Amino acid sequence: MLEIVGPYLPLILKGTWVTIAVSLVSLAVACLLGLLGAWAKLSHSKLANVVADAYTTLVRGVPDLVLMTIIFFGGQIGINSLVEAMGWDIYIEIDAFTAGVVSIGFIYGAYMTETFRGAILAVPKGQIEAAVACGMTRPTIFRRVLGPQMMRFALPSFGNNWLVLLKTTALVSVLGVQELVYNAFSAGRSTREMFTFMLVVCVIYLILTTISTTALRWAEHRYSVGVRRA
Amino acid sequence: MHWDVVFDNWPLLLQGLWTTLVYVSASLVLGLMLAIPLSIMRSSSNRFLSWPVWAFTYFFRGTPLLVQIYLIYYGLGQFESVRESFVWPVLREASWCALLGFTLNTAAYVTEILRGSIQATPYGEVEAATACGMSRAQTYRRIIMPGAFRRALPAYGNEVIFMLHGSVVAGVITILDIYGAAKKINALTYTYFESMLAAAVLYMLIVYVITRVFKRAELRWHAHLRPRTE
Repeated sequence: MLEIVGPYLPLILKGTWVTIAVSLVSLAVACLLGLLGAWAKLSHSKLANVVADAYTTLVRGVPDLVLMTIIFFGGQIGINSLVEAMGWDIYIEIDAFTAGVVSIGFIYGAYMTETFRGAILAVPKGQIEAAVACGMTRPTIFRRVLGPQMMRFALPSFGNNWLVLLKTTALVSVLGVQELVYNAFSAGRSTREMFTFMLVVCVIYLILTTISTTALRWAEHRYSVGVRRA
Repeated sequence: MHWDVVFDNWPLLLQGLWTTLVYVSASLVLGLMLAIPLSIMRSSSNRFLSWPVWAFTYFFRGTPLLVQIYLIYYGLGQFESVRESFVWPVLREASWCALLGFTLNTAAYVTEILRGSIQATPYGEVEAATACGMSRAQTYRRIIMPGAFRRALPAYGNEVIFMLHGSVVAGVITILDIYGAAKKINALTYTYFESMLAAAVLYMLIVYVITRVFKRAELRWHAHLRPRTE
């Protein structure tokens, strides 16, 4: 098995790196959108509520790959017709990596919205009131009081979202991003040893998910310092 | 926008809808049938029973569904022993491979859901059953499993939606499900946006129906948890 996989190892490792990059950048986008969404859902503005509700309902109703395809191809057309309408004469091309990251971030932002909303609601209200009474501004409250405390409530669901997101990145191979699955697929096709290469992919994913769960368990422990357990 | 493309090809989309529904419901039923004995094994204190099931769920929950389907559909043909065996006419077909992959995947997730709810059985219930002279099989059939199914209901509803979302992978391996139909319409007419949007609407409709069904089911089977209203 080693003599078959060996020559393709650099390609596989490169793909693994792309998979990790896609996952981490999408996670950052998702967290940003998630915080924004949670803020919109909890705000007193009716408009923000409606927009955030529509966002989470729509995204969670449509399969990842369908939404990815819409954003990948539709986004390309949309941006260019926008540019054309503005009277500019340039053609913007969105590469597959960006499209993948944007769509996965957009999709998981909706899941993160629910995660963060629940976590923010779980922080005792008195904490926020005390911070306001101390004269902190809203960003300071978030940084010093709300953020660190909501982490503990957000982490279990955040961890689940991350694991699902990591596995979803396999789908960007269908759009043509040259990540782990894409590279292993082409290697398997040229050697006619598809099973071997797909098994390698499985092992790499299992390593990534195992590292993730270990790190998450550590983080959950870390953020639960000071919580007494029965 | 060329929405007429969608309406002109409605038989194709309808066929895709039917295919998706058949695949998802068949794999859900088969997966649940597999998951019931597996979850009982998984929560057993006998290592020889629980460990193999742990390995099974660890593999299927730790790797992307797309890779699992590739492994079965493109991978198994690598072995001559498989190609020459009696199962090859079945495993050669994309449809059976998809069904097999979906079934094993959902079985793994449902096994873990059911394990969680089996282990959450209040111990007093089991003790009461023993005190009444029930055998282990009777305890499982009359006491543990009915309660476990009840507790698993919300998580199972999520799993059904995830399975529906995951089923687009069938469209990737040439099956004409909703996603496959949208892909085909696009190939015929070059209208990615319209065809994918039509697919998205169909998926959302199914998700809506599923959530309604589970809401009704929870109303019925979680009636004892609702606050009393006079």
